[in-house]
Amino acid sequence: MTKNPNTKIKTIGIPSEEEIRQAQIDFSPRCSSAGRVNDKETQKMVRYILDFARKHSLFVLAYGTGCGAIEIPATMTSRYDAERFGIRGAATPRQADVLLITGYLSTKTLKRVIRVYEQMQDPKYVIAFGSCTINGGMYFDSYNTINALDRYLPVDVYIAGCMPRPESVIKGFVKLQELIQNGNAGNGECYRKNLDWYRENQQKVIKNWNFPDEYNW
Amino acid sequence: MEGIGLKIFGAFLTAILAFTVGMFYGGLRRKITARVQNRVGPPVYQNFIDLMKLQGKQTNIAHGFMGHMAPMWIIIAAMTVLMFIPILHNGLWFDNLTFKGDLIFILYMMVFGSLGMALGAGQSGNPNSAIGVTRGLSLMVGYEIPFVLSLVAIMIQFHTTSLQDLMNYQYQTGRWIILDNPFAFLAALMSSLGMFRYSPFDIVGAPAELASGPVSEFGGKYLGTMMTGGSVFAFIKLVLIVDIFLGGAGNVHMSGLAGTLIGLGELLLKTFLLYMIPVFIGLVSPRFRTEQAIRFFWKWPTFFGILAVIWAVLHPVGS
Repeated sequence: MTKNPNTKIKTIGIPSEEEIRQAQIDFSPRCSSAGRVNDKETQKMVRYILDFARKHSLFVLAYGTGCGAIEIPATMTSRYDAERFGIRGAATPRQADVLLITGYLSTKTLKRVIRVYEQMQDPKYVIAFGSCTINGGMYFDSYNTINALDRYLPVDVYIAGCMPRPESVIKGFVKLQELIQNGNAGNGECYRKNLDWYRENQQKVIKNWNFPDEYNW
Repeated sequence: MEGIGLKIFGAFLTAILAFTVGMFYGGLRRKITARVQNRVGPPVYQNFIDLMKLQGKQTNIAHGFMGHMAPMWIIIAAMTVLMFIPILHNGLWFDNLTFKGDLIFILYMMVFGSLGMALGAGQSGNPNSAIGVTRGLSLMVGYEIPFVLSLVAIMIQFHTTSLQDLMNYQYQTGRWIILDNPFAFLAALMSSLGMFRYSPFDIVGAPAELASGPVSEFGGKYLGTMMTGGSVFAFIKLVLIVDIFLGGAGNVHMSGLAGTLIGLGELLLKTFLLYMIPVFIGLVSPRFRTEQAIRFFWKWPTFFGILAVIWAVLHPVGS
Protein backbone atom coordinates (compact mmCIF):
# COMPACT_ATOMS: atom_id res chain seq x y z
CA MET A 1 0.00 0.00 0.00
CA THR A 2 1.47 3.25 -1.08
CA LYS A 3 0.04 6.53 0.00
CA ASN A 4 -0.33 9.28 -2.44
CA PRO A 5 2.13 11.94 -1.20
CA ASN A 6 0.11 14.74 -2.67
CA THR A 7 -3.00 13.96 -0.70
CA LYS A 8 -0.96 13.73 2.51
CA ILE A 9 0.57 17.13 1.92
CA LYS A 10 -2.79 18.62 1.27
CA THR A 11 -4.28 17.22 4.45
CA ILE A 12 -1.71 18.92 6.72
CA GLY A 13 -2.21 22.15 4.84
CA ILE A 14 1.07 23.20 3.29
CA PRO A 15 0.28 26.21 1.11
CA SER A 16 0.85 26.15 -2.60
CA GLU A 17 3.54 28.28 -4.22
CA GLU A 18 1.02 30.82 -5.33
CA GLU A 19 -0.33 31.15 -1.82
CA ILE A 20 3.21 31.61 -0.49
CA ARG A 21 3.90 34.37 -3.01
CA GLN A 22 0.66 36.09 -2.07
CA ALA A 23 1.50 35.79 1.60
CA GLN A 24 4.92 37.31 1.02
CA ILE A 25 3.32 40.29 -0.60
CA ASP A 26 0.71 40.57 2.12
CA PHE A 27 3.02 40.27 5.09
CA SER A 28 6.15 42.08 3.99
CA PRO A 29 6.44 45.29 5.99
CA ARG A 30 5.61 48.41 4.04
CA CYS A 31 7.86 50.83 5.89
CA SER A 32 11.40 49.89 6.66
CA SER A 33 14.40 52.02 7.40
CA ALA A 34 16.69 50.58 4.76
CA GLY A 35 16.85 52.28 1.40
CA ARG A 36 14.64 55.23 2.22
CA VAL A 37 16.57 58.42 1.74
CA ASN A 38 15.39 61.95 2.24
CA ASP A 39 15.59 64.44 -0.53
CA LYS A 40 18.99 65.73 0.41
CA GLU A 41 19.44 68.31 -2.30
CA THR A 42 16.92 70.77 -0.93
CA GLN A 43 17.68 72.83 2.15
CA LYS A 44 20.85 70.94 2.82
CA MET A 45 22.07 73.10 5.66
CA VAL A 46 18.71 73.22 7.46
CA ARG A 47 18.36 69.48 7.14
CA TYR A 48 21.85 68.89 8.46
CA ILE A 49 21.29 71.08 11.52
CA LEU A 50 17.85 69.61 12.23
CA ASP A 51 19.13 66.07 11.84
CA PHE A 52 21.97 66.89 14.20
CA ALA A 53 19.53 68.25 16.77
CA ARG A 54 17.15 65.30 16.36
CA LYS A 55 20.00 62.88 16.68
CA HIS A 56 21.29 64.33 19.92
CA SER A 57 17.98 64.96 21.58
CA LEU A 58 15.80 61.87 21.73
CA PHE A 59 12.82 62.10 24.05
CA VAL A 60 11.88 58.55 24.84
CA LEU A 61 8.42 57.27 25.63
CA ALA A 62 9.00 53.90 27.23
CA TYR A 63 5.90 51.85 26.73
CA GLY A 64 6.53 49.24 29.39
CA THR A 65 5.26 46.06 27.83
CA GLY A 66 6.73 42.71 28.69
CA CYS A 67 10.02 42.08 30.39
CA GLY A 68 12.12 44.69 28.60
CA ALA A 69 10.77 47.49 30.74
CA ILE A 70 13.09 46.39 33.52
CA GLU A 71 16.10 47.23 31.33
CA ILE A 72 15.03 50.86 30.93
CA PRO A 73 15.84 52.01 34.49
CA ALA A 74 19.24 50.36 34.24
CA THR A 75 19.87 52.14 30.93
CA MET A 76 18.81 55.51 32.23
CA THR A 77 20.44 55.57 35.66
CA SER A 78 23.98 55.87 36.92
CA ARG A 79 25.64 52.77 35.57
CA TYR A 80 24.80 53.08 31.88
CA ASP A 81 23.63 56.72 31.82
CA ALA A 82 21.82 57.13 28.53
CA GLU A 83 21.40 60.86 29.17
CA ARG A 84 24.92 61.52 27.94
CA PHE A 85 23.60 60.80 24.42
CA GLY A 86 20.79 63.28 24.95
CA ILE A 87 18.30 60.48 25.57
CA ARG A 88 15.72 61.56 28.05
CA GLY A 89 12.38 60.32 29.22
CA ALA A 90 9.25 62.02 27.98
CA ALA A 91 6.04 61.85 29.92
CA THR A 92 3.44 61.91 27.16
CA PRO A 93 3.23 60.87 23.49
CA ARG A 94 2.93 64.50 22.40
CA GLN A 95 6.40 65.32 23.68
CA ALA A 96 8.08 62.09 22.65
CA ASP A 97 10.27 61.27 19.65
CA VAL A 98 11.04 57.62 20.24
CA LEU A 99 8.56 54.94 21.16
CA LEU A 100 10.14 51.99 22.91
CA ILE A 101 8.25 48.72 22.61
CA THR A 102 9.94 46.68 25.28
CA GLY A 103 8.82 43.14 24.67
CA TYR A 104 5.89 40.99 23.61
CA LEU A 105 2.64 42.65 22.69
CA SER A 106 -0.67 41.07 23.45
CA THR A 107 -3.45 42.10 21.12
CA LYS A 108 -4.98 44.18 23.89
CA THR A 109 -1.72 46.05 24.40
CA LEU A 110 -1.21 46.45 20.68
CA LYS A 111 -4.35 48.50 20.47
CA ARG A 112 -3.00 50.95 23.05
CA VAL A 113 0.43 51.05 21.44
CA ILE A 114 -1.12 51.96 18.11
CA ARG A 115 -3.10 54.76 19.71
CA VAL A 116 0.06 56.04 21.40
CA TYR A 117 2.05 55.88 18.18
CA GLU A 118 -0.61 57.78 16.30
CA GLN A 119 -0.63 60.52 18.92
CA MET A 120 3.09 61.14 18.56
CA GLN A 121 4.23 64.01 16.40
CA ASP A 122 6.49 63.72 13.38
CA PRO A 123 9.34 62.90 13.09
CA LYS A 124 8.80 59.83 15.24
CA TYR A 125 10.81 56.69 15.64
CA VAL A 126 10.09 53.22 17.00
CA ILE A 127 12.62 50.95 18.67
CA ALA A 128 11.51 47.38 19.31
CA PHE A 129 13.16 45.32 22.02
CA GLY A 130 13.84 41.65 22.07
CA SER A 131 12.96 38.67 19.96
CA CYS A 132 9.30 38.85 20.93
CA THR A 133 8.80 41.85 18.69
CA ILE A 134 10.78 40.31 15.85
CA ASN A 135 9.19 36.90 15.48
CA GLY A 136 7.18 36.28 18.62
CA GLY A 137 10.06 34.85 20.61
CA MET A 138 8.95 32.39 23.22
CA TYR A 139 5.35 33.46 22.67
CA PHE A 140 5.42 32.49 18.98
CA ASP A 141 2.41 30.19 19.29
CA SER A 142 0.46 32.13 21.88
CA TYR A 143 -3.18 32.74 21.09
CA ASN A 144 -3.18 36.42 22.01
CA THR A 145 0.22 37.88 21.22
CA ILE A 146 1.37 39.19 17.88
CA ASN A 147 4.45 37.76 16.24
CA ALA A 148 5.99 40.41 14.03
CA LEU A 149 5.57 44.01 15.10
CA ASP A 150 6.30 45.61 11.76
CA ARG A 151 3.09 44.32 10.28
CA TYR A 152 1.28 46.68 12.62
CA LEU A 153 3.67 49.59 13.15
CA PRO A 154 6.71 50.76 11.22
CA VAL A 155 9.82 49.91 13.22
CA ASP A 156 13.15 51.71 12.81
CA VAL A 157 15.49 49.64 14.92
CA TYR A 158 15.18 46.16 16.32
CA ILE A 159 17.32 45.16 19.26
CA ALA A 160 17.75 41.39 19.36
CA GLY A 161 18.05 39.45 22.58
CA CYS A 162 15.89 37.98 25.27
CA MET A 163 16.17 40.44 26.90
CA PRO A 164 18.75 42.84 25.47
CA ARG A 165 21.15 44.13 28.09
CA PRO A 166 21.60 47.89 28.55
CA GLU A 167 24.74 47.79 26.39
CA SER A 168 22.73 46.53 23.43
CA VAL A 169 19.97 49.02 24.17
CA ILE A 170 22.49 51.84 23.95
CA LYS A 171 23.90 50.27 20.77
CA GLY A 172 20.39 50.33 19.37
CA PHE A 173 20.06 54.01 20.19
CA VAL A 174 23.39 54.74 18.55
CA LYS A 175 22.17 52.87 15.46
CA LEU A 176 19.05 55.01 15.47
CA GLN A 177 21.22 58.12 15.69
CA GLU A 178 23.17 56.94 12.63
CA LEU A 179 19.93 56.38 10.75
CA ILE A 180 18.68 59.83 11.68
CA GLN A 181 21.92 61.45 10.54
CA ASN A 182 21.68 59.64 7.22
CA GLY A 183 18.07 60.66 6.82
CA ASN A 184 16.81 57.08 6.91
CA ALA A 185 14.76 57.11 10.08
CA GLY A 186 11.28 58.25 10.89
CA ASN A 187 8.45 56.37 9.23
CA GLY A 188 5.47 58.46 10.24
CA GLU A 189 4.94 59.69 6.68
CA CYS A 190 5.15 56.17 5.28
CA TYR A 191 2.74 54.91 7.91
CA ARG A 192 0.16 57.46 6.88
CA LYS A 193 0.68 56.62 3.23
CA ASN A 194 0.19 52.88 3.78
CA LEU A 195 -2.46 53.30 6.43
CA ASP A 196 -4.91 50.97 4.66
CA TRP A 197 -2.46 48.08 4.71
CA TYR A 198 -1.60 48.65 8.36
CA ARG A 199 -5.25 49.09 9.32
CA GLU A 200 -6.14 45.82 7.61
CA ASN A 201 -3.47 43.95 9.53
CA GLN A 202 -4.41 45.63 12.78
CA GLN A 203 -8.06 44.84 12.37
CA LYS A 204 -7.24 41.18 11.80
CA VAL A 205 -5.92 40.82 15.34
CA ILE A 206 -7.79 43.48 17.29
CA LYS A 207 -11.23 42.12 17.96
CA ASN A 208 -13.27 45.00 19.36
CA TRP A 209 -12.21 47.71 16.98
CA ASN A 210 -13.38 51.09 18.26
CA PHE A 211 -10.79 53.50 16.88
CA PRO A 212 -11.99 56.89 15.74
CA ASP A 213 -12.51 57.02 11.99
CA GLU A 214 -10.58 60.20 11.42
CA TYR A 215 -7.48 61.52 13.05
CA ASN A 216 -5.97 64.90 13.05
CA TRP A 217 -2.46 63.60 13.11
CA MET B 1 15.76 108.65 16.73
CA GLU B 2 19.18 107.39 17.67
CA GLY B 3 18.03 107.04 21.24
CA ILE B 4 15.13 104.83 20.16
CA GLY B 5 17.39 102.72 17.98
CA LEU B 6 19.76 102.21 20.88
CA LYS B 7 16.85 101.25 23.11
CA ILE B 8 15.58 98.65 20.64
CA PHE B 9 19.08 97.27 20.31
CA GLY B 10 19.33 97.15 24.10
CA ALA B 11 16.01 95.34 24.36
CA PHE B 12 17.16 92.70 21.86
CA LEU B 13 20.43 92.31 23.71
CA THR B 14 18.63 91.89 27.03
CA ALA B 15 16.32 89.26 25.56
CA ILE B 16 19.23 87.34 24.07
CA LEU B 17 21.17 87.56 27.33
CA ALA B 18 18.23 86.33 29.41
CA PHE B 19 17.51 83.48 26.97
CA THR B 20 21.12 82.33 26.76
CA VAL B 21 21.83 82.53 30.46
CA GLY B 22 18.53 80.87 31.39
CA MET B 23 18.99 77.98 28.97
CA PHE B 24 22.63 77.60 29.95
CA TYR B 25 21.74 77.44 33.63
CA GLY B 26 19.16 74.78 32.81
CA GLY B 27 21.82 72.71 31.07
CA LEU B 28 24.21 73.29 33.94
CA ARG B 29 21.57 72.04 36.32
CA ARG B 30 21.18 68.84 34.34
CA LYS B 31 24.93 68.37 34.31
CA ILE B 32 25.26 68.99 38.05
CA THR B 33 22.37 66.63 38.75
CA ALA B 34 24.12 63.98 36.70
CA ARG B 35 27.44 64.47 38.47
CA VAL B 36 25.76 64.26 41.87
CA GLN B 37 24.19 60.98 40.80
CA ASN B 38 27.61 59.73 39.66
CA ARG B 39 26.71 59.95 35.97
CA VAL B 40 28.48 61.65 33.10
CA GLY B 41 25.42 63.60 32.13
CA PRO B 42 24.47 65.49 29.00
CA PRO B 43 26.65 68.32 27.70
CA VAL B 44 25.86 71.74 29.17
CA TYR B 45 24.49 72.92 25.82
CA GLN B 46 21.97 70.05 25.75
CA ASN B 47 19.02 72.39 26.34
CA PHE B 48 19.86 74.34 23.18
CA ILE B 49 19.88 71.11 21.15
CA ASP B 50 16.56 70.11 22.72
CA LEU B 51 15.10 73.46 21.81
CA MET B 52 16.32 73.19 18.21
CA LYS B 53 14.79 69.76 17.88
CA LEU B 54 11.50 70.83 19.45
CA GLN B 55 11.25 73.77 17.07
CA GLY B 56 11.95 71.41 14.17
CA LYS B 57 9.15 69.03 15.01
CA GLN B 58 5.89 69.07 13.13
CA THR B 59 2.69 69.80 14.96
CA ASN B 60 -0.43 68.45 13.39
CA ILE B 61 -2.81 68.78 16.27
CA ALA B 62 -4.88 71.63 17.56
CA HIS B 63 -6.28 72.18 20.99
CA GLY B 64 -8.17 75.33 20.24
CA PHE B 65 -7.35 79.00 20.41
CA MET B 66 -5.97 79.16 23.95
CA GLY B 67 -3.88 76.09 23.24
CA HIS B 68 -2.10 78.12 20.57
CA MET B 69 -1.95 81.24 22.68
CA ALA B 70 -0.63 79.76 25.93
CA PRO B 71 3.05 79.46 24.92
CA MET B 72 2.92 82.90 23.34
CA TRP B 73 1.37 84.27 26.48
CA ILE B 74 4.14 82.81 28.61
CA ILE B 75 6.89 84.22 26.44
CA ILE B 76 5.18 87.62 26.20
CA ALA B 77 4.85 87.78 29.98
CA ALA B 78 8.48 86.76 30.38
CA MET B 79 9.72 89.40 27.96
CA THR B 80 7.52 92.11 29.48
CA VAL B 81 8.80 91.47 32.98
CA LEU B 82 12.34 91.29 31.65
CA MET B 83 12.05 94.78 30.20
CA PHE B 84 11.12 96.21 33.60
CA ILE B 85 13.92 94.55 35.55
CA PRO B 86 17.17 96.50 35.82
CA ILE B 87 19.81 94.05 34.68
CA LEU B 88 22.82 96.21 35.52
CA HIS B 89 23.08 99.30 37.63
CA ASN B 90 24.92 101.45 35.15
CA GLY B 91 25.34 99.23 32.14
CA LEU B 92 25.57 100.51 28.62
CA TRP B 93 22.57 98.85 27.00
CA PHE B 94 20.44 97.23 29.64
CA ASP B 95 18.34 100.08 31.05
CA ASN B 96 15.24 99.20 29.06
CA LEU B 97 12.14 100.45 30.86
CA THR B 98 13.42 100.13 34.37
CA PHE B 99 12.47 103.59 35.58
CA LYS B 100 8.81 103.05 34.77
CA GLY B 101 8.15 99.73 36.44
CA ASP B 102 7.94 99.14 40.13
CA LEU B 103 7.78 96.12 42.38
CA ILE B 104 3.99 95.90 42.51
CA PHE B 105 3.77 95.88 38.73
CA ILE B 106 6.45 93.19 38.51
CA LEU B 107 4.65 91.08 41.10
CA TYR B 108 1.48 91.32 39.04
CA MET B 109 3.15 90.57 35.73
CA MET B 110 5.02 87.54 37.03
CA VAL B 111 1.72 85.74 37.62
CA PHE B 112 0.66 86.45 34.06
CA GLY B 113 2.67 83.63 32.49
CA SER B 114 1.27 81.03 34.86
CA LEU B 115 -2.21 82.30 34.09
CA GLY B 116 -1.66 81.84 30.37
CA MET B 117 -0.38 78.35 30.92
CA ALA B 118 -3.40 77.55 33.09
CA LEU B 119 -5.81 78.70 30.39
CA GLY B 120 -3.97 76.80 27.65
CA ALA B 121 -3.74 73.63 29.68
CA GLY B 122 -7.39 73.94 30.53
CA GLN B 123 -8.40 73.95 26.91
CA SER B 124 -6.38 70.86 26.06
CA GLY B 125 -8.86 68.83 28.07
CA ASN B 126 -6.32 66.44 29.50
CA PRO B 127 -7.16 65.46 33.09
CA ASN B 128 -3.47 65.50 34.01
CA SER B 129 -3.27 69.11 32.85
CA ALA B 130 -6.26 70.05 34.95
CA ILE B 131 -4.75 68.46 38.06
CA GLY B 132 -1.41 70.13 37.32
CA VAL B 133 -3.01 73.55 36.94
CA THR B 134 -4.93 73.14 40.17
CA ARG B 135 -1.75 72.18 41.96
CA GLY B 136 0.14 75.07 40.37
CA LEU B 137 -2.41 77.65 41.46
CA SER B 138 -2.51 76.16 44.96
CA LEU B 139 1.27 76.30 45.14
CA MET B 140 1.17 79.89 43.95
CA VAL B 141 -1.21 80.76 46.77
CA GLY B 142 1.39 79.20 49.04
CA TYR B 143 4.56 80.95 47.93
CA GLU B 144 3.11 84.30 46.92
CA ILE B 145 2.22 85.20 50.50
CA PRO B 146 5.77 85.10 51.95
CA PHE B 147 7.15 86.65 48.77
CA VAL B 148 4.73 89.56 48.87
CA LEU B 149 5.34 89.97 52.60
CA SER B 150 9.06 90.18 52.00
CA LEU B 151 8.69 92.75 49.23
CA VAL B 152 6.18 94.75 51.27
CA ALA B 153 8.69 94.80 54.12
CA ILE B 154 11.30 96.25 51.77
CA MET B 155 8.81 98.80 50.47
CA ILE B 156 7.92 99.89 54.01
CA GLN B 157 11.52 100.04 55.08
CA PHE B 158 12.75 102.11 52.14
CA HIS B 159 9.61 104.12 51.40
CA THR B 160 9.79 103.26 47.73
CA THR B 161 8.40 100.74 45.29
CA SER B 162 11.02 101.41 42.65
CA LEU B 163 13.64 98.76 41.97
CA GLN B 164 15.94 101.42 40.60
CA ASP B 165 15.79 103.37 43.87
CA LEU B 166 16.65 100.26 45.86
CA MET B 167 19.62 99.62 43.59
CA ASN B 168 20.73 103.24 43.88
CA TYR B 169 20.60 102.98 47.67
CA GLN B 170 22.81 99.89 47.63
CA TYR B 171 25.15 101.53 45.14
CA GLN B 172 25.55 104.72 47.11
CA THR B 173 25.93 103.23 50.57
CA GLY B 174 27.71 100.09 49.49
CA ARG B 175 25.47 98.19 51.89
CA TRP B 176 23.36 95.30 50.63
CA ILE B 177 19.73 95.17 51.69
CA ILE B 178 20.23 91.61 52.97
CA LEU B 179 22.03 93.32 55.89
CA ASP B 180 19.26 95.85 56.41
CA ASN B 181 16.51 93.26 56.46
CA PRO B 182 17.81 89.67 56.60
CA PHE B 183 14.36 88.22 57.34
CA ALA B 184 12.95 89.60 54.12
CA PHE B 185 15.75 87.89 52.23
CA LEU B 186 15.06 84.61 54.00
CA ALA B 187 11.37 84.79 53.18
CA ALA B 188 12.06 85.67 49.53
CA LEU B 189 14.65 82.90 49.21
CA MET B 190 12.35 80.28 50.67
CA SER B 191 9.47 81.32 48.47
CA SER B 192 11.79 81.26 45.45
CA LEU B 193 12.15 77.52 46.08
CA GLY B 194 8.48 77.26 45.22
CA MET B 195 8.84 79.53 42.20
CA PHE B 196 11.51 77.36 40.64
CA ARG B 197 9.36 74.28 41.18
CA TYR B 198 12.26 71.93 41.70
CA SER B 199 11.99 69.18 44.29
CA PRO B 200 10.50 69.11 46.87
CA PHE B 201 8.03 71.50 45.23
CA ASP B 202 7.85 69.85 41.80
CA ILE B 203 4.24 68.96 42.37
CA VAL B 204 3.04 70.79 39.28
CA GLY B 205 4.94 68.97 36.56
CA ALA B 206 5.55 65.78 38.49
CA PRO B 207 6.69 63.55 35.61
CA ALA B 208 5.99 60.12 37.04
CA GLU B 209 2.80 61.14 38.72
CA LEU B 210 1.01 63.64 36.48
CA ALA B 211 2.72 63.01 33.14
CA SER B 212 4.35 66.47 33.26
CA GLY B 213 1.14 68.21 34.32
CA PRO B 214 0.01 71.31 32.42
CA VAL B 215 2.30 70.70 29.44
CA SER B 216 1.20 67.12 28.91
CA GLU B 217 -0.67 67.91 25.70
CA PHE B 218 1.94 70.32 24.36
CA GLY B 219 4.73 68.99 22.20
CA GLY B 220 7.08 70.27 19.57
CA LYS B 221 7.06 74.01 19.01
CA TYR B 222 4.66 74.65 21.89
CA LEU B 223 6.89 72.83 24.34
CA GLY B 224 9.95 74.59 22.95
CA THR B 225 8.36 78.01 23.36
CA MET B 226 7.28 77.15 26.88
CA MET B 227 10.80 75.99 27.64
CA THR B 228 12.19 79.29 26.38
CA GLY B 229 9.72 81.26 28.47
CA GLY B 230 10.53 79.18 31.53
CA SER B 231 14.26 79.76 31.09
CA VAL B 232 13.77 83.51 30.76
CA PHE B 233 11.57 83.46 33.85
CA ALA B 234 14.25 81.60 35.80
CA PHE B 235 16.75 84.30 34.88
CA ILE B 236 14.23 86.99 35.87
CA LYS B 237 13.63 85.52 39.30
CA LEU B 238 17.36 85.26 39.97
CA VAL B 239 18.06 88.81 38.79
CA LEU B 240 15.14 90.16 40.80
CA ILE B 241 16.43 88.69 44.06
CA VAL B 242 19.99 89.75 43.27
CA ASP B 243 18.79 93.29 42.47
CA ILE B 244 16.75 93.68 45.62
CA PHE B 245 18.84 91.93 48.23
CA LEU B 246 22.33 91.23 46.98
CA GLY B 247 23.40 94.62 45.76
CA GLY B 248 22.58 94.18 42.10
CA ALA B 249 25.34 94.10 39.55
CA GLY B 250 27.41 96.63 37.67
CA ASN B 251 28.47 98.58 40.70
CA VAL B 252 32.00 99.18 39.46
CA HIS B 253 33.04 102.79 39.04
CA MET B 254 33.77 102.37 35.35
CA SER B 255 31.76 103.41 32.40
CA GLY B 256 31.71 102.07 28.89
CA LEU B 257 32.21 98.56 27.63
CA ALA B 258 34.65 97.39 30.28
CA GLY B 259 32.34 98.38 33.10
CA THR B 260 29.42 96.64 31.43
CA LEU B 261 31.38 93.44 30.96
CA ILE B 262 32.61 93.41 34.54
CA GLY B 263 29.05 94.09 35.67
CA LEU B 264 27.79 91.16 33.60
CA GLY B 265 30.42 88.92 35.17
CA GLU B 266 29.31 90.03 38.61
CA LEU B 267 25.69 89.36 37.69
CA LEU B 268 26.48 85.86 36.41
CA LEU B 269 28.47 85.02 39.54
CA LYS B 270 25.74 86.19 41.90
CA THR B 271 22.86 84.61 40.00
CA PHE B 272 24.73 81.33 39.63
CA LEU B 273 25.47 81.09 43.35
CA LEU B 274 21.87 81.95 44.11
CA TYR B 275 20.62 79.39 41.57
CA MET B 276 22.60 76.63 43.22
CA ILE B 277 20.47 76.91 46.37
CA PRO B 278 17.20 75.59 44.85
CA VAL B 279 19.16 73.17 42.66
CA PHE B 280 20.98 71.51 45.54
CA ILE B 281 17.92 71.47 47.75
CA GLY B 282 16.09 69.84 44.85
CA LEU B 283 18.78 67.21 44.44
CA VAL B 284 18.42 65.83 47.93
CA SER B 285 14.69 66.16 48.36
CA PRO B 286 11.77 63.90 47.54
CA ARG B 287 8.48 65.39 46.45
CA PHE B 288 5.98 67.02 48.77
CA ARG B 289 2.30 66.46 48.49
CA THR B 290 0.32 69.59 47.60
CA GLU B 291 -0.97 70.27 51.08
CA GLN B 292 2.47 69.65 52.59
CA ALA B 293 4.00 72.20 50.22
CA ILE B 294 1.40 74.83 51.01
CA ARG B 295 1.69 74.14 54.72
CA PHE B 296 5.45 74.64 54.45
CA PHE B 297 5.04 78.02 52.78
CA TRP B 298 2.47 79.19 55.25
CA LYS B 299 4.65 78.19 58.18
CA TRP B 300 8.30 79.30 58.19
CA PRO B 301 8.53 81.60 55.15
CA THR B 302 5.38 83.43 56.22
CA PHE B 303 6.73 83.69 59.75
CA PHE B 304 9.93 85.22 58.42
CA GLY B 305 7.89 87.48 56.16
CA ILE B 306 5.89 88.84 59.11
CA LEU B 307 9.11 89.21 61.07
CA ALA B 308 10.55 91.17 58.13
CA VAL B 309 7.60 93.54 58.15
CA ILE B 310 7.97 94.13 61.90
CA TRP B 311 11.72 94.63 61.42
CA ALA B 312 11.04 97.08 58.62
CA VAL B 313 8.69 99.12 60.81
CA LEU B 314 11.22 99.17 63.64
CA HIS B 315 14.23 100.01 61.50
CA PRO B 316 13.17 102.38 58.75
CA VAL B 317 15.82 103.41 56.25
CA GLY B 318 15.65 106.48 54.08
CA SER B 319 12.92 109.06 54.28
